[in-house]
Amino acid sequence: MSPHGLVVLTVALDRSAGDARPWIEAAGATHPSLIDTDHVVADRYRIINVPTSVWIDEVGRIVRPNDAAFGSDQFVDMTGVPSGPHLEALRAWATTGRLPFDASEVRRRQVLPTPEEQLARTEFALAWHLHRAGDTEAAERHFIRAGELAPHDFTIRRGSMPIRGLDPMGPDFAPMFMEWIEAGRPYYGPRK
Amino acid sequence: MSTFTLIDETRPVTVDATVRPDGVRLAPAAVERALGWTLKPEGLCRGPLCIPARGIVDADGVDLAGLAHTLGRPLALDADAGAAALGASAAERSAQLESLEAPDFTLPDVHGTPHTLSQYRGRKVFLLAYASW
Repeated sequence: MSPHGLVVLTVALDRSAGDARPWIEAAGATHPSLIDTDHVVADRYRIINVPTSVWIDEVGRIVRPNDAAFGSDQFVDMTGVPSGPHLEALRAWATTGRLPFDASEVRRRQVLPTPEEQLARTEFALAWHLHRAGDTEAAERHFIRAGELAPHDFTIRRGSMPIRGLDPMGPDFAPMFMEWIEAGRPYYGPRK
Repeated sequence: MSTFTLIDETRPVTVDATVRPDGVRLAPAAVERALGWTLKPEGLCRGPLCIPARGIVDADGVDLAGLAHTLGRPLALDADAGAAALGASAAERSAQLESLEAPDFTLPDVHGTPHTLSQYRGRKVFLLAYASW
C-alpha cells in the first residue's frame, strides 16, 4: 500500500524498545516503528486496548476513529473481530481515497475519555515513575489503583503487568479476560 | 521542605515541597517553574488567562490538590513517596478528539530517531498501536 502513498506508523505501548523489538523485526518493518513507553498516544487518542488503528488524512484529520484492527484471523475466536472488512476498507482508502464514514459518523463512533479514565492514566504515570525510581512498593499501589479506576483499559491493566513482573499471557490475565468477555468484549464504537 | 517530584503529564520536575498531614504544598515559584502558572492577586495566571485561586494558598505555599482542582486536571499523589502526577483532563482530551484534528505527538523509533505525526502531512497515515502484551 505504500506505493499508493499510505504511511504506516506503528506505536508500541511497551515499557522498552527491547520488548517491542521482536514484533518490529518480524514485520520486516520499512515503516516507522515508534516506541511509546509513557503511553502518550494512548492518552491523547483514548486508546484502551491493542491493536488499535486510527486513520489520519493528508491534512491531519481523523477520518476513521479508534477501531480494533487485526492483520489476520488468528485470534478471531477470542476477539470477535474478523480482519477482512477493515483490511478491505483500508485498501480502498489507500487506492481510491474512499472513506467508510463521514465526519458526523466519525464523531458518533468516537468514545471520548471520562474523568475516571484520565485519573487512571495519571495514576499509571505516577506508578511508572515510582517504579523507575526504584520504589516498587509504592508503584504497585498506584498500578492497582489505576486498574480499579479503568477496569477495561488493557493498556493499563495488562500493560502494567510486564513492569510489575507479572506474565500478561499467564494466569493473572485470565480473570481480566473473563471480565472483558462478560462485559461484551468492549473495544470501541458508540457508547450504548 | 523536602524534595518532591511533580510529573506534568509525562515530564518529571523536581521541586521543593512541604508535606503536611493535610496535604502537599508547593512554593509559588515551583508552580510557575513546573507548570507555567504564575500566582497573582487575580489568581493563577498563564498568558492572558487567570483562574481565581481562593483558599488554596497559605504561608507554606499552594496546596497541590487544590491546584489540581482549580486547573481541572486529575491528580495522583503519593506524599510518602514524594511524588505526584498531574494528568490531562477528560475535557481537554475530549475537545481535541471531537475537533477531529489528530493529536500531534513526537516519539522515537527503535533506533532512537524522533518522528512527529505532523511531519507526515500530505500523506495518508495508518496509525496502529500494538504491544508485546
